[in-house]
Amino acid sequence: MTGRRGGRPLVPAYLSTGGVARPSRPHLERLSVLTRAGTPAPAGLPAAQLALLDALEDGSLTVVEAAALLRLPVSAVRVLAGGLIDRELASARAPIPPAARFDPDLLKRVADGLRALKHA
Amino acid sequence: MAFAPSSTPSDVRARATAGPSDGVHLPDTAQDLVKILVTGPFGVGKTTLIGSVSEIRPLHTEEPLSEASAPVDDIAGVRDKSTTTVAVDFGRISLPGGVVLYLFGTPGQERFRPLWDDIAYGALGALVLVDSRRIDASFDVLGLVEETGLPYAVAFNTFPDAPRHHTEAELRAALDLEDGTPMVTCDARDADSSVDALLALVQHLIDRDTPEGR
Repeated sequence: MTGRRGGRPLVPAYLSTGGVARPSRPHLERLSVLTRAGTPAPAGLPAAQLALLDALEDGSLTVVEAAALLRLPVSAVRVLAGGLIDRELASARAPIPPAARFDPDLLKRVADGLRALKHA
Repeated sequence: MAFAPSSTPSDVRARATAGPSDGVHLPDTAQDLVKILVTGPFGVGKTTLIGSVSEIRPLHTEEPLSEASAPVDDIAGVRDKSTTTVAVDFGRISLPGGVVLYLFGTPGQERFRPLWDDIAYGALGALVLVDSRRIDASFDVLGLVEETGLPYAVAFNTFPDAPRHHTEAELRAALDLEDGTPMVTCDARDADSSVDALLALVQHLIDRDTPEGR
């Protein structure tokens, strides 16, 4: 690990986004699913955006998983992902359909799934 | 706890390409991604519980607390505030049927409020871990959960030297719990026991979702 424990980072997280603090998308949730588009990365893509794109090479990731892998705060990944989506290099989908949060069927599937774990 | 985020863009890239993916990428079967907050005071066993049930090695993000900080006119503290981070652990369980359940270990103190709100956004509910040796350490967390309006269940993590003489009624009274709020005991080190605690919460969510419960 290159981190300086307790010290200030050499490059602050906000610089990883080129100084942009707000994502261009209205709301990317922690669990929004990021998927890489088939398009090859254009030359001159900022390094941090390229890093996120590379992380999506092997499959989809949620925003929070990408943040953990890249060791960046979730807020920075939101900005980076927004940039990739704007360039149509990646897409994002919501974790669940908007109306499904309190869908009894979804809750039952969670409960059934948890019960199945215990017998696994 | 507070490793500062330290990556330069170039070493971020090196890690992302060279690092083992160790199953972090989502399975193709993942359809619905849901989350439950696992909260409680420091040292109560949040990370332990998440580790017991997670299919991936629990990951964490370092979240800056600058937005969470208090007065803007406090120039003296600005430098510190901009670099203070808190680690947020999370784990993942892929359930049969295309549901992927994420557990977020969420620090439950008022000073983490903006971070808390961000993590709680869209959550199904919260499992509040309580240490019966220091019940009062959980008051802040319970207050925060109730303010957020998240449905929750309480799980007493069993520590070997925990007092055993409290009755359920006494514990409920001490925590000022409503009758309908589930209260269970669990061993956060044990996967089945932790799953049972999560099930108590999910069953509560289902019950309150039925027409009578509304």
